[in-house]
Amino acid sequence: MSTQSDNQTASAVNRSSGWVIFVFFLIGLIASMITGWTAFPKLLYSTKEQPIDFSHKVHIEQLGDCRACHFFRDDGSFSGAPSLDECKDCHMYPMTGNPNEQKFIEEYIEKDKEVPWLNYAEQPPCVFFSHAAHVKGSDMQCETCHGDMGHSDSLREYQENRITGYSRDIWGYSMLPIGEAEHGPRQKMNDCAACHLKKTGSKGDCFQCHK
Amino acid sequence: MTKQEQHTSTKRYGMVIDLDRCTGCGACMVACYAENNVPFSKDESDKMLTLNWIRVFKVDNGKPFPDTEICYIPKPCMQCDGEHMDGHSPCVSVCPAVATDYDHLTGIVSQIYTRCFGCRYCMAACPYHARKFNWWDPVWPAEMEKYLNPDVSVRMRGVVEKCSFCYHRYQKARNKAYLEGRDEVYEDEYQPACVEACPTKAITFGDLLNPEHQVYKLSKSRKAFRLLEKLNTNPKVYYMTSKKWVRRKTDNYIENESPGETRNSSKTQKASH
Repeated sequence: MSTQSDNQTASAVNRSSGWVIFVFFLIGLIASMITGWTAFPKLLYSTKEQPIDFSHKVHIEQLGDCRACHFFRDDGSFSGAPSLDECKDCHMYPMTGNPNEQKFIEEYIEKDKEVPWLNYAEQPPCVFFSHAAHVKGSDMQCETCHGDMGHSDSLREYQENRITGYSRDIWGYSMLPIGEAEHGPRQKMNDCAACHLKKTGSKGDCFQCHK
Repeated sequence: MTKQEQHTSTKRYGMVIDLDRCTGCGACMVACYAENNVPFSKDESDKMLTLNWIRVFKVDNGKPFPDTEICYIPKPCMQCDGEHMDGHSPCVSVCPAVATDYDHLTGIVSQIYTRCFGCRYCMAACPYHARKFNWWDPVWPAEMEKYLNPDVSVRMRGVVEKCSFCYHRYQKARNKAYLEGRDEVYEDEYQPACVEACPTKAITFGDLLNPEHQVYKLSKSRKAFRLLEKLNTNPKVYYMTSKKWVRRKTDNYIENESPGETRNSSKTQKASH
């Protein structure tokens, strides 16, 4: 009799300790999820402000489309962010009472200093990317990769990976590719390869995108 | 659909080097160093540790003065097609990291430095010693860093590098072609740095499959041959010489064997396959 009751109490202890372990596992899981999804990205990325804030929307309204400032040079290369000379064409003297424009003229135009823009889509130095191949060769739109920049009223913050020094836009804002990202899709190698495989039937050879 | 065609037209970019014209000046090597950010060491006389993507070799006919003759052989990466012309080149087939692959559209063998982990199997496999290993991180004098070519990434310690036929120049030429709505890159739009630097125009470069390109005709000349042809690696770098002793130096021939015969016999062997 006594051995039977001993067994019963032992199995009851085992059952309750199973619950305790499960609860602790759950607490640990939730804690690591919060750390991984919320705390770690905050720790990994430092946030920077662009040197001058401006509205893409206003510029598009005035100038028509993206190509007014981001254009192809005659040799097929892409200009990227406009240089000070291009900005000077319009902003040599104040056009509006905007304090950002005031700051731009005082700090950069009058001192003849290039604006150190932070490039959201700056690729690592081993990557070759041809705007001509995508925009001219296969008629892609700017929004497909860069998101709807043209309708933004101010420049969003730039997030820099503290370890690699690259922009967060490369790694992306979500671990899982769920839905359309607000700032355009991720730009990791596999993302490029997936699209190339879909559109051209091949991921391409190494030298197509590497240098 | 014209855009798709752009991706399907196959080319075989190659080089023909006229050894009778080469004076051994080394301008090709200097141009290559500058174009491709090839680092140099403090002691460049130590050829075991020297990095160069194209190297000028000196051979002589072994005879005493006054019969001595000298020939210079510039040697870039041969961009081998492999035995069956399918891109199975010696280095590509041994790379465990897929850091080097054969581009079927241009026939150029790539080297991806960020993918390479430095096992150096490819260096052991390459019969032409075209590949070089970075034993140290490259160091340039401070002012020189401003002169680095932004189109070519610099390499780090522990990776292998080699000649790319200045692939970045091909990319640039293609950019221009895209902008102008062209499918093809003109012959003179894509020329590697060594070809442009050669003062005697000993090096010719172009598409070996395109009858309009100079290399097409030159590579089929009777004077044309390739290094270590018996290995059947099918290099895309051809050499030309009218000197018999130079031909003999470019492969391991037995005493009474004639280089011309070997080439023909290997060709007939292939045809019988």
